[in-house]
Amino acid sequence: MNLRRLMNQPDFTQAVAEEMLTSRSFWADARRRFLKNKMAVIGVFFVGLIFLFAIFGGLFAQYSNEEIDWSLLGNVKEQGGPSLSNGHWFGVDELGRDLYARVVQGSRVSLMVGFIAGTVAVLVGSTIGAFAGYYGGRLDQVIMAAYNITISIPYIIFFVVWQAFFGRSVEQMIIVMIIINWTAGLLIARGQVMALKNREFVDAARMLGLSDARIILKHILPNMLWVIVIYTSIAIPDMIMTESLVSFLGVGIQEPATSWGALISEGASTMTFGTLWHLTFPAAFFAVNQVSLYYIGDGLRDALDPKERK
Amino acid sequence: MTRSPLLSVRDLEVKFPLVHTKAWPWSKPDVVHAVNGVSFDLPTGKTLGIVGESGCGKSTLIRAIAGLETLSNGTVNLLGKQVDFADKADRLRLRQNVQMIFQDPVASLNPRMTIREIIAEPINVFFPDLDKDTQRVRVSDLLDRVGIAERNANRYPHEFSGGQCQRIGIARALGAGPKLLLCDEPVSALDVSIQAQVISLLQDLQKEIDLTLIFVAHDLGVVRHISDDVLVMYLGGMMEMAPSSDVIKNPQHPYTKALLSAVPIPDPTAKIRPEILIGDLPSPLSLPQGCLFNTRCPKAFEGCDTIRPEFTRNAIGSVACRLFD
Amino acid sequence: MTLLSVQDLSIRFKTPDGYVHAVNNVSFDIDAGEKLAIVGESGSGKSQIALSVLGLQARNAEVTGRVLFNGENLVGMSQPTLNKIRAREIAMIFQDPMSSLNPYMPIERQLNESLELHEGLKGTAARQRVLEMLDAVQIPDAKNRLRSYPHEFSGGMRQRIVIAMALLCNPKLILADEPTTALDVTVQAQIMQLLEDIQKEHGTAIVLITHDLGVVAGFCEETLVLYSGKIMERAPSSSIFAAPSHPYTRGLMRAVPNIHDDNATLFAIPGQPPNQMLQINGCPFAPRCTDAIESCVNTIPDLVGTTHKRACHRPAEDLS
Repeated sequence: MNLRRLMNQPDFTQAVAEEMLTSRSFWADARRRFLKNKMAVIGVFFVGLIFLFAIFGGLFAQYSNEEIDWSLLGNVKEQGGPSLSNGHWFGVDELGRDLYARVVQGSRVSLMVGFIAGTVAVLVGSTIGAFAGYYGGRLDQVIMAAYNITISIPYIIFFVVWQAFFGRSVEQMIIVMIIINWTAGLLIARGQVMALKNREFVDAARMLGLSDARIILKHILPNMLWVIVIYTSIAIPDMIMTESLVSFLGVGIQEPATSWGALISEGASTMTFGTLWHLTFPAAFFAVNQVSLYYIGDGLRDALDPKERK
Repeated sequence: MTRSPLLSVRDLEVKFPLVHTKAWPWSKPDVVHAVNGVSFDLPTGKTLGIVGESGCGKSTLIRAIAGLETLSNGTVNLLGKQVDFADKADRLRLRQNVQMIFQDPVASLNPRMTIREIIAEPINVFFPDLDKDTQRVRVSDLLDRVGIAERNANRYPHEFSGGQCQRIGIARALGAGPKLLLCDEPVSALDVSIQAQVISLLQDLQKEIDLTLIFVAHDLGVVRHISDDVLVMYLGGMMEMAPSSDVIKNPQHPYTKALLSAVPIPDPTAKIRPEILIGDLPSPLSLPQGCLFNTRCPKAFEGCDTIRPEFTRNAIGSVACRLFD
Repeated sequence: MTLLSVQDLSIRFKTPDGYVHAVNNVSFDIDAGEKLAIVGESGSGKSQIALSVLGLQARNAEVTGRVLFNGENLVGMSQPTLNKIRAREIAMIFQDPMSSLNPYMPIERQLNESLELHEGLKGTAARQRVLEMLDAVQIPDAKNRLRSYPHEFSGGMRQRIVIAMALLCNPKLILADEPTTALDVTVQAQIMQLLEDIQKEHGTAIVLITHDLGVVAGFCEETLVLYSGKIMERAPSSSIFAAPSHPYTRGLMRAVPNIHDDNATLFAIPGQPPNQMLQINGCPFAPRCTDAIESCVNTIPDLVGTTHKRACHRPAEDLS
């Protein structure tokens, strides 16, 4: 009869259900799902390697990135190839500089531009978008007008004009990338906030008389963070792609600085002379990095999208 | 003995501009007339049920009382003093005394907060002087009161069923120590076997702490069961208000009659034929002239489409219909 | 004559965390022209039964048992053969009318589509038929509204259009899954009236799936009560409403507030519906049942009885 008494407790079924469930927060759950995605984990591994290479790769370089190896200049094609014996592991470039050191330098620049510009642009855009979505009305109209104007400016022209005035350093590159991409994440954050602010738990928070700032920070932001995370993971490879594209076209990063795009551009221009390593090394880094980042983004989307959840 | 009512609402109107239908940024938007002149008094410890079909403005009405929608016209008096929704101190007074529970129990809880955090929040906001231990004890008491085991307090809302989430929502509302609890269709998303649990909980609470309730629902059976008085709304206007048993037994307004006859009865031998209303609800963008119900009223006669009837008291209750003038 | 015979139907869903047992060994018959109600709360598996009759179950569902329609087994039937039966012989009405209407297509074209596909009707003949049907479901001014899009109609009108669509090919069976749940009571009364008229006129069998006992009482001759994927009780409506003999049915009826009862007290059924991830060896209602005895937990009760069938270990007289 003990059993019956136990079963008649209202909490019985709940207790049974508990044995099946272990309480997990959204983020703990997401982490578990992300780690289950093998391609995304491999992506993290490769991007990690590329980061280590960019940060510490310089320590192992036998030559600096500026030093010209006069002994090889003039017969780059015959003797400038990748070699373990002379320390030019990736060979030398057209001007006799060590390509290994140049790729380290280019990786730093590309990753820096991609991660800093990508993150900052999404943060700026989604913050502005969140304000537009939360307050609506006139503010929303003004922000949306600014958005429409921004996305109709051809960004290559903007690059050229900006750099004519302010020069072409890496810092300028990051700033101009943020300026042309400030709208990244704006629409998505605006839409999210507009949907969330009408949810009943936000009404409940308003019933407590919380300030707008506290409602946004405590009740809205945690519920849209996943969108911003996913969006950032897509924006970063996009930024690297844009940077490479403009550098490839010759309006981005300029000598003596370099980036993957600039290196690929140089490599492509000398490809026909038979110095194929000029192209393959930076291109391989670029490609592995981009593919890995896209897989990470994919994994994040699967792990974080609530539609995937029961 | 005449106690001054806890809440008294006069001529309350809510209008929404439909911004998205504007042709030009500067053109005047269409206006939805959601609530059109509602007045009532609610004494302490009583329950007012508000019924009506979707689009009748019943939810908007209580959201306006809660300060979640802006009044276009009219006044709300709480504890004998008019509420100035623009004044910060007055808003605080409102929130300390008036709390709300919502229709969708799961959506009314922040999915990123644990149950403990959700229930602790109002205590934190309204009683910031309490030390941490007292706050914790209060959370435990509230959980216990609504029948959620405390060992589950560190779980997230999606791990609970709809009925449990609604009880958590009630605990959160009680945390503020309100005198008036606004219930916006609190059981319509729940299964019938669970509905009764939530309704009983509300009734018990009412007895224990002298809570006053406004209970909005489209289910007349539920409203009758819990309410002292029932207000029937149609198209944002008041049709009839009377003690709940009178509304059911002696419905006066033709709309109330139609509404009642349409309620299905769980008894195959019952021989009440539903009085089928013709046509659809008029658009709240342009209200009908005269009585709001005249376009569908089976009893409409000459003048109903021009003269808006006054809401007048009679022996049974109050009704807005020219049949009773 | 038996039109549809569901025999030992079980449905379970494969999820990453294990199997969800939605429907467990359900059997029932419907005769031609009969009106049967399947009553249950959310999670009782009532919609899953309807979907699997039409072969519309989700991809991760595993359906076992037999669903005989006019003697043909629909379970495991190939999609092309099923397609022929769907709409022509069996039609379905869903809770949300918008889910069966294409928002980007005028209603005439949507209605024509099934006529053309199943009956080969075209042109004026098809239009004639569509108009007749829209008149039958009382769409006012149907002639001028043929080119309207679904969003231009109110919720009740949309449900009428869906009913017209279901009736177009004169099906022998209509599965109506909560057809009025999304609608207001006055509109609900209109729609139930309409379904009743149509049933009388065409002799269509109707399975009404709902959680609302009130709607059932006025409409169906037979009622089947489902809980957690198992049949608790099945009987003629007159008998089940007058003398519910299963503790769950009783609890359900006491939990519904009757507006015409003056001193009604509401009885809540304690506890929560069971976790369907677990395979249970007894009556699924036992944990919430105040009359449960030990065998309720250990042995699955059979559905027994002649006209009034019930699945309960305890005799009806012994129940509280």
